[in-house]
Amino acid sequence: MAQAAPANIKWWSGGKSPFNVEYGKLMMWYFLMSDAFTFGAFLISYGTVRFSSNSWPDPNHVFNSFPFAGHAHLPLVFVSLMTFILIVSSVTMVLAVHEGHHGNKKGVIKWLFWTIIGGLAFLGCQAWEWNHLHHQGAWWGHNPFPNADGTVASTNFSNFFFTITGFHGFHVFSGVVINLIALLMTSAGVFERRGHYLMIEKVGLYWHFVDLVWVFVFLFFYLV
Amino acid sequence: MSNHNFGGEVVVHHEPAANSVKRIIKTTVILSVITLIELALGYWIYAMHEGGAVNHTLELAIKGVVIILSLAKAFYIVSIFMHLGDELRNMIMTIVVPLLLFIWFIIAFLYEGNSWKNLRNEYAPKDPVQYEQKASAPAH
Repeated sequence: MAQAAPANIKWWSGGKSPFNVEYGKLMMWYFLMSDAFTFGAFLISYGTVRFSSNSWPDPNHVFNSFPFAGHAHLPLVFVSLMTFILIVSSVTMVLAVHEGHHGNKKGVIKWLFWTIIGGLAFLGCQAWEWNHLHHQGAWWGHNPFPNADGTVASTNFSNFFFTITGFHGFHVFSGVVINLIALLMTSAGVFERRGHYLMIEKVGLYWHFVDLVWVFVFLFFYLV
Repeated sequence: MSNHNFGGEVVVHHEPAANSVKRIIKTTVILSVITLIELALGYWIYAMHEGGAVNHTLELAIKGVVIILSLAKAFYIVSIFMHLGDELRNMIMTIVVPLLLFIWFIIAFLYEGNSWKNLRNEYAPKDPVQYEQKASAPAH
């Protein structure tokens, strides 16, 4: 998308941001880039170990439960719900940022509130899933699930699952806390007095990144 | 066109696109549809495994498609939701170019893992590797 800034501006002549981005927002981008490498390193180490194993547990036989569904075999259903919760909360966040562009305090509060609800719903789902797997005997260093070819599996599967979804869940948790602080600051009129809602944009970048990481966690742990 | 001053930092005003809510809704639909397609492909792989007749080439192809679809999702989230597509090209490049390291990162490490598996199967097929031994007791 082309932006309103004319193309003939001399960005590097001094006196203005050469990237046309406020300092804090630029640094948020660089933080997210480094965080992408952290998650990338986690997922690539998982892939390396999986490639070095002759067989691996089948996710469709591990993640097949749904709350209150008893022992029904429902592969992919619960994780689909979690994925859609996170997509929807990402949409409400982008709407909060949009309201911020227009300086609409009420709109920012409304959509930030729904984003926080979405984040809490996701965390609740993850807590349920972890609890369920723990009751089945899975934890760091413990893996009750056999390999797809019927052989006894190593503990690598559980170790990577709990480490990576745990690290992602911690990001969601900190994202919810950051969103909550932003909500309280918006309610108190801090950004209204400041004259802009740039902080909501920065908070939004972090929240979208959490959704972005889940795209790949969902892909590599549940789908392939 | 107005210039904003954020703590001494002059930033030329980004005009929020007039149709930006429309763009958000469109992106939401795209992300949801891609996710549904991914799920359908996931169930296809599952059905193949349950049916017993697994065509490994086809399975690999489906997984490849799912990975490409996820990359498309990542592009839409970063470009539209995070508004990176609206930034100056130079700024975008400082984020995207370092991420190109992932190309080497992924190829090198997956190749390494695969090679290790082949070497172990060839030279020490019966030796259990210590970290691959069965967990001795349940978690609780």
